[in-house]
Amino acid sequence: MMKSVVFAGVGGQGVILASKVLMETAMNAGYDVRESEVHGMAQRGGSVECNVRFGKKVYSPLIPKGGADFVIAFEMLEALRKLEYLNDDGKLIVNRFQITPSSVQNGDAEYPTDIEPWIIENVKNQLFVDTAEALKTVGNAKSLNIMMLGVLSQYLDFTTEDWHSAIRSLVKPKFIDLNISAFEKGRELSQ
Amino acid sequence: MKKVLLGNEAIARGAFEAGCTVVASYPGTPSTEITESVARDFPDIKSQWSPNEKVAFEVAAGASVAGARSMTCMKHVGLNVAADPLFTFSYTGVNGGLVIINADDPGAWSSQNEQDNRHYARAAKVPMLEPSDPQEAKDFTRAAFELSEKYDRPVIVRTTTRISHSQGIVELADPEQYQIKPFVRNPKKFVMIPAHARPRHIVIEELMLKLRDASATLPFNRIEWGSTKRGIITAGASYNYVKETCPDDSILKIGLMWPLPDELIRQFAQKVEELIIVEELDPFIEKYVRMMGIKCKGKELIPLCGELTPDIVDAALNGNAHENRIPPYAGKIPARPPALCKGCPHIAVFSVLKKLDLNVNGDIGCYTLGVLPPYSAMHSQGCMGASIGMHLGFEKANPALARNSVAVIGDSTFIHSGITPLIDLVYNKGTGTVLILDNRITSMTGHQENPSTGVTLRGEPTYELNLEALCRACGVDRVTVIDPNNIEEFEKVVKEEVAAEAPSVIIARRKCILKK
Repeated sequence: MMKSVVFAGVGGQGVILASKVLMETAMNAGYDVRESEVHGMAQRGGSVECNVRFGKKVYSPLIPKGGADFVIAFEMLEALRKLEYLNDDGKLIVNRFQITPSSVQNGDAEYPTDIEPWIIENVKNQLFVDTAEALKTVGNAKSLNIMMLGVLSQYLDFTTEDWHSAIRSLVKPKFIDLNISAFEKGRELSQ
Repeated sequence: MKKVLLGNEAIARGAFEAGCTVVASYPGTPSTEITESVARDFPDIKSQWSPNEKVAFEVAAGASVAGARSMTCMKHVGLNVAADPLFTFSYTGVNGGLVIINADDPGAWSSQNEQDNRHYARAAKVPMLEPSDPQEAKDFTRAAFELSEKYDRPVIVRTTTRISHSQGIVELADPEQYQIKPFVRNPKKFVMIPAHARPRHIVIEELMLKLRDASATLPFNRIEWGSTKRGIITAGASYNYVKETCPDDSILKIGLMWPLPDELIRQFAQKVEELIIVEELDPFIEKYVRMMGIKCKGKELIPLCGELTPDIVDAALNGNAHENRIPPYAGKIPARPPALCKGCPHIAVFSVLKKLDLNVNGDIGCYTLGVLPPYSAMHSQGCMGASIGMHLGFEKANPALARNSVAVIGDSTFIHSGITPLIDLVYNKGTGTVLILDNRITSMTGHQENPSTGVTLRGEPTYELNLEALCRACGVDRVTVIDPNNIEEFEKVVKEEVAAEAPSVIIARRKCILKK
């Protein structure tokens, strides 16, 4: 058994922390884990991608095209960009949220208006979630990453306690309650 | 105890476990987090940001000669800057173990080139270890200190982006209680006048042969026997892709990249029907194997340029194409390139340079993004500090260019390699204008302190380098300090200084929008 998860977003959305929490959860459940992430110049408002894989033994931290069981997109355009990773039964989870890239701001390109209908038509296993309202209830937009994990958690076999303890060990003490609550809101969003 | 660590954090841990005393580095993706992790997680180690990689290397070399285990960390192009000390400290050898962490960037994710620094190990005659995962990153770093002392060689540990910026589970070990050795004066070993260098050259050639002969028994290289129909020699990140896509083949995994293990290679090659070398970038192992007279395949299958992926290896070795399972989106997906942040002080600078239609000799930093739309206001760039020397070269080629061109360089890059070319510009009677974009931090690599911020890596207050006084001391009389967001005044100053027939420096000072 090996599971491959792609997290896709934009610099500043907390993609790397999301991948860390998933890794910690998987390690505590007894799996080998590998991850690959993008740093440096790629971060200045650019696309950010993390590959996380867990299983009995994982070699490649990079997920092949058509090899991901999950693509978790924190932004709609990034969902479109990472579709190549999804395997035949792979699940695409998309945050219904748009961040305008510089190429669109400069007038060099247009932000597509048909992303959601196109995905619904072409990706059989997909879920769009509205995090904006839920994040307001939680009170901090920065916990989007943990909320998206809450959505993902419904499709993985880890216990709530596994997830909570990983969150507790990786976020700053004063943000633990907030993030646990974001995680729980995320679980509700997947229903 | 097991912990999920980034490759770079694992290297820091390895240095800690080895009893390392001094770590001196200059930031550079993908190496930066090593030294940050040392400072954060192992405060007993004396860690520092030096002004550049050459200085960092020499601080580490000094600590080694003085008897301590020491380490210096840099990206691939950083080792170009530190190549001078590398080649001669190879001759002197060490006292306390000296380890150089070199992070290559195949794919040029955050770099100006894709150079393959394995060549440095061969050229400088130093051992090089290459880990494949965070566990090995830690273990090899720790072992590198012992190897360094045992064979009296500085040792390079080479990573690539997919090792440095990849997380995995690491089994931690207790640190060694390393006793710092005494410094013993030994000019024949540590002062490389020609009369000392010639015999040392013979010594180091012998040491490298000794290490090569021992390499079959060292724990870094191993043969994993599978089917003998096909044998693959591989290393580093490529090993992971081979393990994933060719689980039945025999593999010779190289961990000690230099000197290569002749004996193991021969043994392995004799037993397999077909031999393939899977390596990223240059045919480094392949050429060596061919030189041994062994038939193999390599770069006719595996690309020379760019980063490898499991897809590429699977296609090259097994003919398996990895295709999109979802039909591609019919419309255009707008690119999301990195861009200057909202409120970034560089935006004002590049708006003005664009408006004035100046030729811009650029440099390395966030501000290199000035080359992209909507500014499109950078016309040359090469390596750290090149802007100022190139700017003088422009003027030497065609004096008129001094009146419609500028050099643009960041605060940290100026301190790294911009001071000597500024001295050159004045000394050789240049009249150009240099803009120092002083945003009070080394921003592109993720906000590291530097000598002009007045704070050390460890967060201690220190002397704050005065850039305006420094420029004046280089002989520049026309030094202006201005906030670029004061855009009208800034534009006026740029026009005046470019027009003036005397060398000038404009320090555009406004702190990075992300700096707290």
